[in-house]
Amino acid sequence: MTESSGTPLLPPTRAEYCVIACAEAWRDAGEVLASPMGLIPSVGARLARLTFAPDLLLTDGEAMVVRPDGTTEGWLPYRQHLTLVTGGRRHVMMGASQIDRYGNQNISCIGDWERPKRQLLGVRGAPVNTLNNPTSYWVPRHSRRVFVEKVDMVCGVGYDHAAGARFHRIPRVVSDLGVFDFATPDHAMRLASLHPGVTLDQVREATAFDLVVPDVVPSTREPTAAELRLIREVIDPANTRTREVGA
Amino acid sequence: MSAEEVVGRLESGMTIGIGGWGSRRKPMALVRALLRSDVTDLTLVSYGGPDVGLLAAAGKIRRLVTAFATLDSVPLEPHFTAARQRGAFEMTELDEAMVMWGLTAAAQRLPFIPVRAGLGSDVLRVNPSLRTVTSPYEDGEELLAVPALRLDAALVHLNRADVRGNGQYLGSDPYFDDLFCQAADAAYLSCEHIVDTGDLLKDAGPQTLLVNRAFVTGVVATPNGAHFTACAPDYERDENIQRAYARAARDPEAWRTFTARFLSGDEAAYQSAVAAFHEEEPA
Repeated sequence: MTESSGTPLLPPTRAEYCVIACAEAWRDAGEVLASPMGLIPSVGARLARLTFAPDLLLTDGEAMVVRPDGTTEGWLPYRQHLTLVTGGRRHVMMGASQIDRYGNQNISCIGDWERPKRQLLGVRGAPVNTLNNPTSYWVPRHSRRVFVEKVDMVCGVGYDHAAGARFHRIPRVVSDLGVFDFATPDHAMRLASLHPGVTLDQVREATAFDLVVPDVVPSTREPTAAELRLIREVIDPANTRTREVGA
Repeated sequence: MSAEEVVGRLESGMTIGIGGWGSRRKPMALVRALLRSDVTDLTLVSYGGPDVGLLAAAGKIRRLVTAFATLDSVPLEPHFTAARQRGAFEMTELDEAMVMWGLTAAAQRLPFIPVRAGLGSDVLRVNPSLRTVTSPYEDGEELLAVPALRLDAALVHLNRADVRGNGQYLGSDPYFDDLFCQAADAAYLSCEHIVDTGDLLKDAGPQTLLVNRAFVTGVVATPNGAHFTACAPDYERDENIQRAYARAARDPEAWRTFTARFLSGDEAAYQSAVAAFHEEEPA
């Protein structure tokens, strides 16, 4: 990508830092399927594919494996998708209605399962995903209602429920405030980076459990000029990313 | 046969599997025929969409076996969420892969199939009858034994079929319709068009022949019979009607109006009400 167009780039928005933080989930993933759920993870996966993770596989959201330009290069109907999940050649980034300190995730229902206060989607593929392939999460609105002490229904399996699970791994959680991982002795959630403009107090305020916070908290990295142009001009010119995270 | 004849073969209390996925290629004309019948008290196995919503709204579900219910472009199925919140039926909540393996076990006459999916999750907590099984080999891995999901009947919708029940899908995803048929004692296949056997492969390869007649009990021609779900390549999802359905489902008064307009007559009346809707509110 050249810098010849001469238009000075506007500084990155919060949504664009989120895109970068999601894209980084697929760095060094190799030749696996990237399954992003949500607008910003989708932009992130395509950015990774177009830059530092060129071997990634992407789908059209249905049964086709497609190149970034939309050309079909393969077929992946649901039944083959489930085989691929079990075989582990995939890194999914799911949503989470609730997520707790050890990475347990809930998308099924809020309240008592027998008679939920709010029925949501159901467990979907969260159990099979988390036991078989790396599973990251995307939370567009970081709040105490999402980052809870204990989830109401364990759909995605967290580290404290994963004893002996050979292929269980939660590489990262990305929210509109920062990036989180489980790189602690007991796999409790740790703040890995803050998006520029976000304060530590803001994150603590919006999280219902005690986060592990390192002495020096890094900032989410800056997008390169080439990445910004790809996001703005090639991948998401309609600016769908701001529908999930405002400026 | 007709959709009415299919439903005539079903009985209250049966375990019925419904093909398709979410709001995609659901046998909606057969579901609508079920709504017009007095068959009720069903155990339903489905990758849930508006099939689950409509049957829940009509109070026909005793137990739902599923991993989710969604309208795809509308994430939450409003009748399903409302029915769960008022405790309208029992639920066996399984992971997506567990449903596939449960049907596979039934199709292969196995009591269970071992999987990793579900271990560590609350799927085990809410299904206390689930058991694990330990690998007899040196790895000794503990796995979840997904029980067979044997069905009394399956309802599926495909693009084409011949009269004997050789069924063909022409879209990009077969979903799990062949498995539903193989897991069932009786399977009923509705399709957009019944064609001569000799014409099945005129414009498509043999891999489109998803369902074999040995697993099909009856065939019904129901043009537009997956409406309002997607039935590629014959038609896309009818997002306008689906939106109207979802809006109506959230309010009892609006649902009575929707029912009176679309669901109080036979399938022909439904299809003309849909046509009239589109004349009033062009897409």
